[in-house]
Amino acid sequence: MPKPGLDKVDRIYEKDVAVLEGMDISGHWNRMFEQRVVWDYSTDVLERITGLPGGESLGWCYQCGKCVPVCPVDVVGDYGPRKVYRKAQLGIDLLRDPDLWLCTTCMNCLRVCPKEVNMIEIMPAAREVAVQEGRVPPELQKVFENTARYGNPMGESPRKRAEWVKEAGVPVTVLPLDPRPVDVLWYVGSYPSYHPRGKDAARAMARVFHALGVDYGILGHEEKEDGDSIRLAGEKGLFEVLAEANIRTFRKYTFNRIVVTGPHEYNAFKNFYPRYGGSFDVLHYTQFLAPFLPRLREMFVKELPYTVTFHDPCYLGRHHGEYDAPRRLLQAIPGLRLVEMPRCRENGYCCGGGGGGMWLDGFSRDYLRERLSDRRVREAVETGAEILAVCCPYEVSRFEDSVKATGNDGKLVVRDIIELLDEALGSPRAT
Amino acid sequence: MHVVVVGKLVPDLVEDLEVDASGRGLDRQFLKLVLNEFDEHALEEAVLLKEAHGARVTVLAPEAEGVDDALYTALAKGADRAMKLVGLGEAPSSRQIAAALASALPSLGFDLVLTGVQAADDLDGQVGMLLAGYLGLPHVGVVTGVELDPDGSRARVRKEYPGGWLAELEVQLPAVLGIQAAKQPPRYVPVSRVRQAMKEHTLEELSAEPVPVPRLSVRRLSKPEAAGRAEFLDGSPQEVAAQLVSILVERGLVR
Repeated sequence: MPKPGLDKVDRIYEKDVAVLEGMDISGHWNRMFEQRVVWDYSTDVLERITGLPGGESLGWCYQCGKCVPVCPVDVVGDYGPRKVYRKAQLGIDLLRDPDLWLCTTCMNCLRVCPKEVNMIEIMPAAREVAVQEGRVPPELQKVFENTARYGNPMGESPRKRAEWVKEAGVPVTVLPLDPRPVDVLWYVGSYPSYHPRGKDAARAMARVFHALGVDYGILGHEEKEDGDSIRLAGEKGLFEVLAEANIRTFRKYTFNRIVVTGPHEYNAFKNFYPRYGGSFDVLHYTQFLAPFLPRLREMFVKELPYTVTFHDPCYLGRHHGEYDAPRRLLQAIPGLRLVEMPRCRENGYCCGGGGGGMWLDGFSRDYLRERLSDRRVREAVETGAEILAVCCPYEVSRFEDSVKATGNDGKLVVRDIIELLDEALGSPRAT
Repeated sequence: MHVVVVGKLVPDLVEDLEVDASGRGLDRQFLKLVLNEFDEHALEEAVLLKEAHGARVTVLAPEAEGVDDALYTALAKGADRAMKLVGLGEAPSSRQIAAALASALPSLGFDLVLTGVQAADDLDGQVGMLLAGYLGLPHVGVVTGVELDPDGSRARVRKEYPGGWLAELEVQLPAVLGIQAAKQPPRYVPVSRVRQAMKEHTLEELSAEPVPVPRLSVRRLSKPEAAGRAEFLDGSPQEVAAQLVSILVERGLVR
């Protein structure tokens, strides 16, 4: 490796006499400088990151800057993936910089990066070091503690995880109470189990499954947070404990496949649980329901004359390439008109909830002009849609807050796709 | 310098608390226990003293369901030894704990005992005082920060009084301190470190001889009766503000 040095040029080539295609280019006209590796910076800080398992690819950055305009955080702040490398060159330690907590691991930078600098691996690796050293933003610390103790980030009673079932209006098989073999193990998730609007989606799901005659069961109080966002926020050890516990629980029951409410658990179960010995067939609920469309079309009894725009969840779209299943479900609903936001599909904007961002709004407000979800809600309003449809449990709560925060209350309603399906199926309980 | 932290587990309020059939205690069937919050601060202060002065830290807690997890977590945070106080039965009183500690601690040898200022389950707050009384040691309660003299003979402790006054007291060691707040919020310890502590450490047991001590008996345990005095103000923000002002003026709360 070349040594750092300040000499501008190593060697100068210059021919006293040179004629090129009849043109006299003698002397300084043909002067050339030998190529030189520019290495005026100490690489110590950079190597602290590239030396971490998962942090290697930061060193591949050649500063082209393609990542910056597509970074959803750059749109509302000063963070940008390219700058992470540049700052490291300048001696700014990512492990002690606010940048460490601003990336939402949405993957839009990796999509365009010619060098495959992978923030999805760099950020958790670097955050893990910060967490080990005890530097965790307080709101995230609370989430780690809650999840470790209660199995859900909000610190709710584990015993009440399936309380939402009571108001579903249809029977729900809770496997710990009725351990029969089922076709589908529905992993409900923490937000659909506890958040008031998440519970609305969970109940809608139960009704749609019931209407379709899906043979399914849920894990009730035995279900724990999947842990994917906990892992991305740097608490890998906690993720491992959760993965091991959930895999043990899954193994207690007989089922053919797992259907998940949220894209984050989809990512966890599909890509990471196999590393801990738990390989299962996993489908996001939009993927599970899309093949039912011919039947659903016959069953829809209510026209929903809404103009709807759809927000692609980063962890369903970019991370797993599923853009069509949610759209097919929406377009099948009678009367519904789907309009797209300019940033959609592969270039979909991020709600700000991924990679631990769900629990860092208080921290990141000092570094962002507005929340990513606020920005996204403005984009949704600009399409003229009256409904922002989502299919990730983080999003209903984030976007509903942002509808209010941006003064768009009354103009835009946020609804999970499953709630719209439930309404089109004529459920009297659908809101 | 040897710092002993005394903690205890109290009911975790994440689950609804129910009164048992006797009407005098909590139904413990589904009760989850968690380390008392003030004891978390006592532990944090002890670990900070360890980091600043190289003190040895021993954590001690009466046996209870979940005490192992709490003690391993304390070890992962930086405690050197962790001990369960066994033989006191379920939910021992401050008096029982203090009497047991008074007979057990001298053989351990210590310079400083830190307890949480009080525990959420009985709001009694007397373990530290009784222990200091039994052992004839100085005691300072409601402490919000401890500094040690370099030679380890004295501690300077901070105490916050009402009205915005702060006192710094000097106390001869050994002493017993009741901690209200550590100098910084209790730290996070990653789960991997707790798992490591479980592999590397063994929890010790300290048998307590039950000493006959006076006990209080609970006559009745119940939820407070709701008074139902909330009043909701309707209208636009301006109207609500105007109503609020008139109520505050009417009740003489503002002039």
